[in-house]
Formats: sequence, structure tokens, C-alpha cells
Amino acid sequence: MDQTHIKYTLSWAAMAAMGFVLIFMAQMVGLIGHYGVTTIVLIGINVIAALGLNLVVGISGQFSLGHAGFMAIGAYATALIMGVLPGVMGFIVGMVTGIAVSGIVALIVGIPTLRLRGDYLAIATLGFAEIIRIVIMNLKITNGPAGIFGIAPFVSWQLVYILAVITLIIVVNFVRSMPGRAIIAVRDNEIAAESLGINTTKYKVIAFVLGALFAAMAGSLRASFIQSIAPKDYAFMQSIMILIIIVIGGIGSMSGTVITAIALGILDTLLQNFGSLRMVIYSVILIVVMLIRPQGIFGSRELSLKKWLFDGGDGHDTDHTENA
Amino acid sequence: MTQTILKTHDLSIRFGGVTAVDHVNIEASENELIGLIGPNGAGKTTLFNLLTGVYRPTEGDVALFDGQKLGIVNQQSPAKRARLGIARTFQNIRLFESRTVLENVMIAMNSHTRAHTWDAILRLPSFYKHEATLKNEARQLLSIFDMLGVQDTLATNLPYGQQRRLEIVRALATKPKILFLDEPAAGMNPQETADLTRLIKQVQQEFKMTIILIEHDMNLVMAVSERLYVLEYGKLLASGTPAEIQQNADVIRAYLGENDT
Repeated sequence: MDQTHIKYTLSWAAMAAMGFVLIFMAQMVGLIGHYGVTTIVLIGINVIAALGLNLVVGISGQFSLGHAGFMAIGAYATALIMGVLPGVMGFIVGMVTGIAVSGIVALIVGIPTLRLRGDYLAIATLGFAEIIRIVIMNLKITNGPAGIFGIAPFVSWQLVYILAVITLIIVVNFVRSMPGRAIIAVRDNEIAAESLGINTTKYKVIAFVLGALFAAMAGSLRASFIQSIAPKDYAFMQSIMILIIIVIGGIGSMSGTVITAIALGILDTLLQNFGSLRMVIYSVILIVVMLIRPQGIFGSRELSLKKWLFDGGDGHDTDHTENA
Repeated sequence: MTQTILKTHDLSIRFGGVTAVDHVNIEASENELIGLIGPNGAGKTTLFNLLTGVYRPTEGDVALFDGQKLGIVNQQSPAKRARLGIARTFQNIRLFESRTVLENVMIAMNSHTRAHTWDAILRLPSFYKHEATLKNEARQLLSIFDMLGVQDTLATNLPYGQQRRLEIVRALATKPKILFLDEPAAGMNPQETADLTRLIKQVQQEFKMTIILIEHDMNLVMAVSERLYVLEYGKLLASGTPAEIQQNADVIRAYLGENDT
């Protein structure tokens, strides 16, 4: 096509590779220990889940509180399949199955509930996530409230990094395309969008299903990384934790989501030493951010590589900070 | 010979005990410019909503010409009717406010171009090509209406008159056969109204489409309409050319007579 697009794509790829190499080097020289790697992986998983949720809440404007439900589907599908099918194959099949099941469930749940608006939709999706959790808690196959232990670990920071980058690429490219614009149009003014021939329900469902796919991927990665899962990991608070990331980053801003996920991940790790004060300090920081910037750190804006690279200017890059 | 493109038969809608539109029979031909007038609360916008699919009729039918024959579209959604060639603007402007002027027009083109989701996600050359074509078309349309200069402005930041204009351009981007304009001159100053009068005539002549117009500005509506329908209390009161309507005793009474509206 034209040169700018190629240059642009290549610089993004270079950024992503640089972030990768940086973490790799840091690990080699001992800057990041075992603990640091755990933080990086958890950040990456949160990035994937939060980007998915931002597509639903930020781009399509549907206030969903059911993200944990889809993460649970991904996690349990992976754990159960890895129980029967050992090895890496089990992990791959498990993740793909989890993502597929999650997508189908999102389709079934989405078609009736996405007719609801605002608070009503939030309550409906919250109810859905609770149903998933209670079903898991009461099934024999999922081992009830105790959950599943000894899931084989196949998740490395490299895998999570690559998947997070792929998620970011898919989400950003999707938003900046015709279907993405149609979804934003439905968010901005549903009646006008419909009058222009846009099938509003279809586009809302597409965003909801895409969000669910990424949630399941995140859940699946987490199951294999932590090596144990229990229903309580996918309670209401899990949905809220992901929601906090996108609210602080700026609803609708993908770069905001990535940077907030990283910042909150690091903060969370730093606060580990404070024991029970940790949640207090965490909450205070959230309140302060909301007071100073109620629209989120980035508002609905994005960091633009194009601006810096091709129009000059300074700044740090988004993708580089991706997982570092 | 002119072809009938839209026709209603005893079209009615009731909200509880109120009959907002009551057995209305109207029709429109290709490339005709029709004015729809009547006192406040006469049911003009409700009639528009019935024709564009926002409401389903309680009684009666809406029929649209689909290229071969008139087909009843009572149960079709606004989106489906848009794809049949209906476009509209709104009494209270409804733009995609967070998007630029250019994007507003490109979104409207969505409805008649196929979405290539995978091309977009993988950023294949075909995606860039398609985007470029779309942008070009949108810019051409904007340039016809002197809006190329504001193509990168956010819709919400446009001055009022320009917002109304953008709504019309956006509706045209769907390549409609019938364009419904709901009070396009509302809130405009005389200069803007004069510009709008020219714009409406230009659209009808250049794009060869049927335009149906609700308007309270009598100078505008009498200047552009070829035929008028007058509604009062949901019923059709009169129809005819602007000259006939100006002489019609019932219409004069409805507007100026006993009830002083």
C-alpha cells in the first residue's frame, strides 16, 4: 500500500519486540526475579481481560459486570480438559475450547440482555456471572467450592506477552475499522445508527462476544499459571477489579487500559509489604485518581505512535510498556 | 410517467386512548418534494416515525416501492427500511458526537458496503484500499455541501447550522430513494434558513430523490414543496399544491382561526 502504513506497522512491531527483549535482558541479569515474573504474567493476563472488557464497556457502551463469569468459563474449561488430556496439547485444546464455549455463552446471554440499557444490563450481566459461579460451585465435575488443584503449568511470561500484544492488535484494529465504527455509532446514538441501516443488536452482540473471548483467554492463562482454581476467584470482585482498570485508564482508551493494568500490577506488588493496609492504600489511590481525573487518566484518547514518529514530538511508547 | 414510491393506507397509531395518527392516506412519487405541515402536536413526527419504522402501526399499512412493486413494510425495523432506501434526519439533531464529520459520513456508508472484519484486523492491503475508497466517497459528498473544510472537526464542535447540514449529508451517504427531513430549519436564523432552502432544492435536483419535509417555517415550505399534506389532530386535513393550501379554508382555520395556534 503506501509507505506510511508499512513504516507505522513496522515501528509498532519494533516496539513490541523491544519490550520483549527488555524483559528478557532484565531477567537474564537478575533484575527481575521469580516474583517479578509472576507480576509480569499477572499484568499480562489483566491486560487481555481488560482490553476485552473495554471493547464492551468503552467502545460499545454496554455496562457489563459479568466479565468474571467468562473468565471462569475459560479457566474451568482449560482445567477440566487438561485433566483428561495431559501435556501442552491439553492446554491448547483447553484454551481453545474455553474461548469457544465462552463465545457461545456470550451469544446466548447477549441476544436477550443487550436489549437492556445501563443499570439494567449491569444487573443482568452480574446475575449471569453469579449463575456461572454457583453452577461451578455445585457441580461434581468442577469439584465444588474447593476447586481444581494441580493444573499443569504451561504459562510463561513470553506466552502471555505475545498473547497480550496479539489481543491489543486485534482490539485496536477492530475498533478502527468499519464494524468498529458501527459499534461506536450505536454507542453514540442508537436511534441515528439504526436509521442509517446499522443493525444495532448485531453490533452490540459482536462486541459482547469478542469481549467474552478475551476474558476466557485470560481465565485460561490464569488457571494454568496459578495451577489451581476455585469459584471464589471468579466472584463479583474479579469483575470489579477488571472494571477498575478500564475506568482508571479511561473508558474507551486502549492505551489507557494497558498502562493502567501495568501501573496497578506494579502498585499491587509494591503494596504486598504493607499487609492489611494494602487494600486501604489501594483504595485511597483509586479515590484520588477519580477525584482528579474522573474521565480516567487518558479519557477516551489514545497514545498515538503516528503523532510522535511522523510529526515529531517526544514521549514514551505504549507497546513497550505493555508488559514491562 | 412518475412512479409511486411510498403509499400509506388508513395508517393509524394509538397510544393508550390517544390516536396520534388517524387513518392517514398519503402517497409520494419519485423525485417529488412534499411538505408536511400542521399545528404543534398534529402528529407529523409520529407519522415520520411510522414511515421510517420507529413505530409499528396499530392499524393500516405502509408500502414502499422496492424496484418492482409496492411492498408492505409494517413490521420492518428502521435499519431494514434504511437498506430499502429510506433515510431521515431528526427534529433534535442526532449525530455521532464523539466522531469527526468525515467519520459520521463514513459510518452512514457502512450500510451499503460489506464489512471485511478479518481484512481490518490483519490490516491487509485490501483494508487500506477499501478505507481509501470510502474516505474518497465521503469527501466528495462533503465537498458538494461545502463541508470539506471541517471534515476533521468533531461533530459535537460544529456550529448548529452545520450540524443540521451534516445530518442531511450523512443521510444522503446511505444513497436513499426517499429522504425524510424533520424540521430541518428549526432554530436557524434567516440566513441559515435561506441556505437550507437552496440546499434542499439542490439535493432534490442533483440526487434525484423524493424528499418529504416537516417544517414550521412557511416561507421555506411554500418555496420548496411541490405538494403539501396538512395534518391536524392526527387526521389529514388537506392536500394540494402550496397555492391551493394557502387558499384552503380548513387550513386557514386550523392555523389562524378559532384555536389561535
